[in-house]
Amino acid sequence: MKLTCDEATKICDKSQYKESSFLGKLKLVIHLFLCKKCGLYSKQNTIMTKCYENYSVCKKHQNSCLCEEEKEHMNQKIKEKI
Amino acid sequence: MSKIKHTLNPNKWVKLYADYLYSYTKGRVNNHEIAKDLVQETFFAGLKAMKNFQGKASERTWLISILKRKIIDHYRKINSAKGKAEVKMNFYSDGEREGEWIEERVPSNWNIDAEKSIENTELNEALQKCISKLPEKYEMVFRMKTIQQFDTEEICKELQITSSNLWVIIHRARTQLRKCMEDNWFND
Repeated sequence: MKLTCDEATKICDKSQYKESSFLGKLKLVIHLFLCKKCGLYSKQNTIMTKCYENYSVCKKHQNSCLCEEEKEHMNQKIKEKI
Repeated sequence: MSKIKHTLNPNKWVKLYADYLYSYTKGRVNNHEIAKDLVQETFFAGLKAMKNFQGKASERTWLISILKRKIIDHYRKINSAKGKAEVKMNFYSDGEREGEWIEERVPSNWNIDAEKSIENTELNEALQKCISKLPEKYEMVFRMKTIQQFDTEEICKELQITSSNLWVIIHRARTQLRKCMEDNWFND
């Protein structure tokens, strides 16, 4: 049942995506009860997840496409090869 | 039942598919020039492979399947010996203390006040900087999983990696990002 800090924080990361197993979560809870360093990591991890979510929303709204000039250039190159 | 036989018309590829292929690529490879090059290479590879096109899939589906190969090749390249930059270690990897925190990487308390609220444009900029400092492979997998929010299974299939491989990458990326944000934002 004993986890190293590396293993515990890995499960903690996986939990942020709701993809850790029941046994994993159980072992993590026990580890967090005993380890202050990982306890802090876990607390901050929740904050980091919120940051990533905000960033993700922001990123997804940015529409990325090629400009007309770049497309024209691409088209030229294709025509040369046809 | 008669099926539609699809045809290829490379003269219209850029007009019809360049934006779609580009945005598909950009979601995976967050770099304008690299994404643009991969799309161009896809079109070239498409031209070369035209004689093998059987007309079963649509032109777009066919081009996407070529692009997917290009993306795997790109991932392998950044994962190869040449591109193999690793993230900083956070835990001892061997010896008596294996798996324990390395002292200078231990989380420290953050100053979280109103100014440093998490819904903040400047925070996003700091985060962007930290993400771009990750080695390419870590950045790519982290972005696909956390920013684009693709399913684990989908990422593993697309990059041909195992899920345990994915979680090691995510774990290392997140511990590195935590430290970077601690130094450059929360405790700056």
